[in-house]
Amino acid sequence: MMTTPNGSETIQIYRVYIKATPEVIWEAITQPEWTVQYGYAPLVDYELRSGGAFKAFANEGMKAFGCPDVISDGEVIESNPPRKLVQTWRMIMTPELAAEAFTRVTYDIEPVRGGVTKLTVTHDVTGAPMWGGVARGESESSGAGGGWSEILSGLKTLLETGHPLPFQSGPA
Amino acid sequence: MDDNLVFKALADPTRRLLLDLLFERESRTLTELESHVAMTRIGVMKHLRLLEAAGLVVTRRSGREKLHFLNPIPIRLIHDRWIDKYTERRTSALVNLKTNLEAK
Repeated sequence: MMTTPNGSETIQIYRVYIKATPEVIWEAITQPEWTVQYGYAPLVDYELRSGGAFKAFANEGMKAFGCPDVISDGEVIESNPPRKLVQTWRMIMTPELAAEAFTRVTYDIEPVRGGVTKLTVTHDVTGAPMWGGVARGESESSGAGGGWSEILSGLKTLLETGHPLPFQSGPA
Repeated sequence: MDDNLVFKALADPTRRLLLDLLFERESRTLTELESHVAMTRIGVMKHLRLLEAAGLVVTRRSGREKLHFLNPIPIRLIHDRWIDKYTERRTSALVNLKTNLEAK
């Protein structure tokens, strides 16, 4: 997979431009009412302070597929609303994923112009090759979703049109 | 992000090769990318700039090095907006055909 020349660090970067304010994007990332409406549609629970806990819960659809209640955990490293959120993030849906290292996700939210905001997600998946593969969308054909591409395109559509993407796999 | 820039960026074989290289393994330096392309450094830089303008490549500094990453989101958005629209129609046409044939 993707390794930097020093051979140890593995980073993925995703960027999307959204016609929405940084405040709205911040809410859409950190509040469960929003997160159930795009991407994998989990219910997130953030303690938005440095050292605060992060958890993501399965929605009803995921539970029907046999997902455990808590699908991700981690810790908030930096919470600077509405511009920057840094957290660790581990997937614990399966024992194999749970055994991987905690990854690190950084959200940079930057207003550009004309009401457009640039959202950059930097995901350091060092030590978590499976989570890294899911994040990259490598397992989309086997039903694990399109990773960050699906999450961020879903977020853009939701915020710009007020409706989720028609084919997202969220809860009923 | 402007769709025209994305389509234009994708319309060139060298730029598609650069994207394939970044898909294979991310965070590559210019020197590394250059070694895979039969082209001058300046030429590769030009292509990378175009890819960056289209949002398909994102760069990040790591010490003295500038690393290049593939950003797949613009392609995903084109997929969501265009391709999915047409494949969906084709799928439903097949479903209709099946329903009609089975009704006979």
